[in-house]
Amino acid sequence: MDLLSLTAVELSKKIKAKEVTVIEATKAVLNQIDKIEDKINSYVTVDKEGAIKRAEEVQKLIDDGSLTGPLAGVPVAIKDNMCTSGMLTTCSSKILENFYPTYTAEAVLNLEKAGVVIIGKTNMDEFAMGSTTETSAYGPTRNPWNTEHVPGGSSGGSCSAVSANECFFALGSDTGGSIRQPSSFCGVTGIKPTYGTVSRYGLIAYGSSLDQIGPVAKDVTDCATILETIASYDKKDSTSVAREDYNFTEALVDDVTGMKIGIPKDYFGEGLEPEVKEAVLAAAKELEKKGAIIEEFDLGLVDYAIPAYYVIAAAEASSNLARFDGVKYGYRSEDYNGLHNMYKKTRSEGFGPEVKRRIMLGSFVLSSGYYDAYYLKALRTKALIKQEFDKAFEKYDVILGPAAPTTAPKIGDSLSDPIKMYLGDIYTISVNLAGLPGISVPCGVDSKGLPIGLQLIGDCFKEKNIIRAAYAFEQTRSYTGPFDK
Amino acid sequence: MANIISDETIEYVGILAKLELSEEEKEQAKKDMGSMLDYIDKLNELDTSAVEPMSHVFPVHNIFREDVVVNGDDRENILKNAPEQKDGSFEVPKTVE
Repeated sequence: MDLLSLTAVELSKKIKAKEVTVIEATKAVLNQIDKIEDKINSYVTVDKEGAIKRAEEVQKLIDDGSLTGPLAGVPVAIKDNMCTSGMLTTCSSKILENFYPTYTAEAVLNLEKAGVVIIGKTNMDEFAMGSTTETSAYGPTRNPWNTEHVPGGSSGGSCSAVSANECFFALGSDTGGSIRQPSSFCGVTGIKPTYGTVSRYGLIAYGSSLDQIGPVAKDVTDCATILETIASYDKKDSTSVAREDYNFTEALVDDVTGMKIGIPKDYFGEGLEPEVKEAVLAAAKELEKKGAIIEEFDLGLVDYAIPAYYVIAAAEASSNLARFDGVKYGYRSEDYNGLHNMYKKTRSEGFGPEVKRRIMLGSFVLSSGYYDAYYLKALRTKALIKQEFDKAFEKYDVILGPAAPTTAPKIGDSLSDPIKMYLGDIYTISVNLAGLPGISVPCGVDSKGLPIGLQLIGDCFKEKNIIRAAYAFEQTRSYTGPFDK
Repeated sequence: MANIISDETIEYVGILAKLELSEEEKEQAKKDMGSMLDYIDKLNELDTSAVEPMSHVFPVHNIFREDVVVNGDDRENILKNAPEQKDGSFEVPKTVE
């Protein structure tokens, strides 16, 4: 049995059946990291000692019957924008190069209560701003399927770590596609939940009205199980929603009979690689064979989502990132003249180019004279986009399309043209604007040997529909990792 | 390029953003912001005059709770993160003359 190829739920079962110990699983992951991390760079921080110590504790708690959940004993990775008490949390930025939070993000806390072992913190685009994990201050992450290609982003480290067996699952965050797009590029499964489902407490904010934490794993069963574990109503997050139903694993049923699935024609136009199109439409066929009703439709305003998103996200980022001023934590410039110059120097030296670009844009669109023309205009567009989805979900249970227009680009190819890079988010971004849940599941490999992701989008609070459809589709194929080729 | 960003605008935005850009960075920022705004201007194709701005997807309202301290005194650990500290406080450059 190859321990590393197990899913999280399978591993935990074996641990509870005493076929394998938590220490063995943890050491297997740490060995894998030793073996390939210098080629992949999934992690900013690996806490070897802490992980082994925690593994011993967790084993005891499993043995004495106090930990019985489906994720008990599983080694996991956390995206480096979630606070972990006493463990370096950098957001892949120089400005947080030495930040040790004094508290743990609620989602991570929920995992700890479930008995996971945290291996370390994964690399990302600086402050989650990017689609390739190349804007990290700690070097780019590489795609385990082909190290000349990017893993996607911004949760690139979380997705590459899962794909390369450097953990059994990971947490990512998704503001405009940052879980679904890298999941697609790395051949793993990731869910962006309905806004408000997972507490944002302890998630270092980028675009607060769009950010959601979600799972990245090898299969749909793991993702549903993890989501069920991390989702909670949290008073500490004022946008947290008390949901009636958190029982996501109930939807792991291989039955889509009568399910109405809409395919937006606008998602299959210009810019979509033919091989991606083919794989995604083939996936739709599989669901149709299983009894789903597939129909094409016109989803309006697709081309307006990206400009609206960049105004809103940049505006929120400029406000959220105002807190990094070199006073209470993080980097402070060594050479400055007075308080204001200290702020300016600290921020100019501490932030990378993409972060500065978005802070500048955000400050501009919020400034007096431009606020109505840009910021309010974008919020009005957001309302219209939401209406388009509302109309679509009157007719369909699930919207099906690609997660990204291409497979993973080569390292260095994206950053030269920001707008071109932003266009890569065309299928994921409107989901965040409308607060919807979305999942990316692997649905094939292109002729270059790079994975393709299928995206399924549900109405707000209807995660179960997309989990059911994804699970049913998953039954038609077997999981392939980068080393199974 | 339809949007030409002036030196004054970049200077002003730099003040708002508390960023000090080199001459080279300023030129790049003018170019980047101009092309972003050209792209964003696409939104003007939409008539949104009858639409209310939507800041949150779900209605948000104030959440009140009792003003009770639930976390302990973590001063020591918090101060460990301070770039500079003095007498149990954050130390900053002189702020008043």
